[in-house]
Amino acid sequence: MNEQVAESEGVQLDAAVGSVEQACQALREAFPGKVRPDEREGYEGVIVDADALVSAALLLRDELGFRYLSSVTGVDYANDGLLESVYHAYGAESGALVFKVQVDRGNPEVPSLVSVWPSANFQERESYDMYGIRYAGHPNLQRILTWEGFAGHPMRKDWREPYYEEDHKPFKTRHPDGGVFRAEDRTPFGRNVQYPPGFDPEKWEDTAQSSVYEGLMREVKEGGLQTECITINVGPQHPSTHGVLRVVVVLDGEEVVDLMPVLGYLHRNHEKIGERCTFPQIIPYTDRLDYVCSMSNGLGYVLAVEKLVGVQPPERAEYIRVIMAELTRIVNHLMAIGFLWNDVGAYFTPVIYAFNERELILDLFEMVSGSRMMCNYMRVGGVFEDLPTGWMEKAQALVFDRLPRFVDEFHRLLTENEIWRSRSMGVGILPAEQAVAMGATGPLLRASGVPYDIRRVEPYSIYDRFDFDVVVRHNADVYDRFLVRMEEMRQSLRILRQAMSQIPAGPVQTGKKNWTIKAPAGEVYHRIEAPKGELGFYLVSDGGSNPWRYHVRSTSMINLTPLAEMCRGHKVADVVVILGSIDITLGEVDR
Amino acid sequence: MTEELTHPNIPVPEDLKGTVTLATWEKFYNWCRARSVWPMFFGLACCAFEMIAMATSRFDFARFGMEVMRASPRQADLMIVAGTVTKKMAPQVVRLYNQMAEPRYVVSMGACANGGGPFKEGYSVVSGIDKLIPVDVYVPGCPPTPQALIHGFVTLHKMIENTKYKDMKWYHNRGQGEEFAIPVLGPDLFDPRQNPLIQSEAAKTSVATNDSE
Repeated sequence: MNEQVAESEGVQLDAAVGSVEQACQALREAFPGKVRPDEREGYEGVIVDADALVSAALLLRDELGFRYLSSVTGVDYANDGLLESVYHAYGAESGALVFKVQVDRGNPEVPSLVSVWPSANFQERESYDMYGIRYAGHPNLQRILTWEGFAGHPMRKDWREPYYEEDHKPFKTRHPDGGVFRAEDRTPFGRNVQYPPGFDPEKWEDTAQSSVYEGLMREVKEGGLQTECITINVGPQHPSTHGVLRVVVVLDGEEVVDLMPVLGYLHRNHEKIGERCTFPQIIPYTDRLDYVCSMSNGLGYVLAVEKLVGVQPPERAEYIRVIMAELTRIVNHLMAIGFLWNDVGAYFTPVIYAFNERELILDLFEMVSGSRMMCNYMRVGGVFEDLPTGWMEKAQALVFDRLPRFVDEFHRLLTENEIWRSRSMGVGILPAEQAVAMGATGPLLRASGVPYDIRRVEPYSIYDRFDFDVVVRHNADVYDRFLVRMEEMRQSLRILRQAMSQIPAGPVQTGKKNWTIKAPAGEVYHRIEAPKGELGFYLVSDGGSNPWRYHVRSTSMINLTPLAEMCRGHKVADVVVILGSIDITLGEVDR
Repeated sequence: MTEELTHPNIPVPEDLKGTVTLATWEKFYNWCRARSVWPMFFGLACCAFEMIAMATSRFDFARFGMEVMRASPRQADLMIVAGTVTKKMAPQVVRLYNQMAEPRYVVSMGACANGGGPFKEGYSVVSGIDKLIPVDVYVPGCPPTPQALIHGFVTLHKMIENTKYKDMKWYHNRGQGEEFAIPVLGPDLFDPRQNPLIQSEAAKTSVATNDSE
């Protein structure tokens, strides 16, 4: 074992005191009358009264060991006149504790939990943006995915988009007769727009930009040189922001005083479209979430639906899924490392090395699915097709021979590089305590010394059958995040070698293929260890063929929460490096 | 190379063939331009990765004289709109286009940039970048493979080579390009060019709601 692996040492999340059921019980005893079990059919967890929420959250975090708040989201129960704010919290070894706050749709106000779990910051803003739930006490409650001034809260069930046809697919205009028309022709403007009655564009005052700069810290210095801070925008079009991310940076000279990511430049309306689709119709959309790792996204989603419906895929399909997910992890880490090096100034050379291998893996994806990037391969209850002839030989040559040699070569080329070490060591430090509080997951969390990997903590699919190490590093800087990714590629290869040797023959789909599935009423949250971290899918079904609520717990967006913490005090040139070390994909950040 | 440029009606002496070409200035000028199109380093979404893949070893667009990707629009000839244009990003895309010097070209890459793609039905995506700026080549696909994108470039090169002097507006007015109206983020994205239409439609809807009350 080489020096980069240090398994199961280091800072642990505090062990949860007892199980989720016991925690629910403890909550009910501590707040009699204010915490009640959620007794709707198919639902779990507890419903907390809004006024007891913050004290309940403190009890959960400090006494019961649920130190990690994974997901915050809203649900619109329009028929009951309720808006619900849903929280999923975890302890070190426990499953999810779900707690909810229900508020009246007319006046939705919920206390903010940012003071308890800073990871709620962006997620509460998103829920405010999409549902209009006001989180009282939030430090900067602004719209996040749309812009200040946008009319309405688009995820509410009664809000309709300009090209609205029906609530559920398939639309009668197209199915079953196969009609075709241009949606543009049906709006007066010929575009995807709508305006509130009486709107006058000549009188509009544009606040979308000015509001962005509110809430940024500006240092007032005592003594010394009285320099003035300047505010600059990095992005949304910038070669080093990995897409259309915009970061507003306040600088004192070259030093970062404060920083705020401005999101939403790739907000593609994923969730609203998802709620219009039938369950299987969402699968191709998940490919476009984190477009580097389409296979992992699909896996996360179908596992959530399978949990809801209660389907078990056949053995061979399970193995194929693991193989695809781990190949995806290698692709992702190759690209993460390549672009991270791009950011420190090794213009494109490491990317070209990485892309060479990526092409070979994409060839494998193309063979099984017909597409290089948007594979649309996972299915509820299995996979799309069995592996084609010759696939396994090609894949084995790659996994057993070429890729291990390549990872070693990559390691030899990069790891000891002096410029790289001086640019990355001690840069962007994120202590373990903060990483957990801010909801960091994946390599970002493990480089901070927390050995938390969902494949190990809460094994899904058949990950409990494989022998692999959870890679941990302890310096919590950019260099360690790089090393964690390097080593995770080796661990992925290890899993792949086992899976490829053990894969049984047999069918790859349970039941017959169908374009629609009826799911029982209820809710489900399922998370996987995607290459970038915890990817969660929260589904609420009302018993129909499409989800009532479809929410993606986006790794990349929540991993951006600690960005400001990590960048303060560093030079502006380090901002792009630190951002690169988080490894985000904008498709998943903004959805 | 010389053969492809040489004017069919102007004979080149036998012993100078292969070293001398006699062509019109227009043809030579266009031939040079088509072989040094510098794209802007600018990706919007998923398609950006296939664009980058095209820049790497297997597809290698240096073969077409295009490997100099510029991060600044001022130095770029070609904007590859690689990915979904959201309403929030649309003003920036138009602004970047306005900042490019003539001659400038736009390749719309992928279903989203062409017409909204799979996300068209949602509320936050512009139904095609050609609603806002002129597009020269459309490349279909979701995402287009690098091969498809290269085909798009070759199409663009052919287009450049066939441009006539009299059609090169920018050649006669010293590279001054037309400014396109930058859309504004209001209650929904609005294009200043549509203001009169929006006003009249808004007046209609407000009357309608007043009647119903």
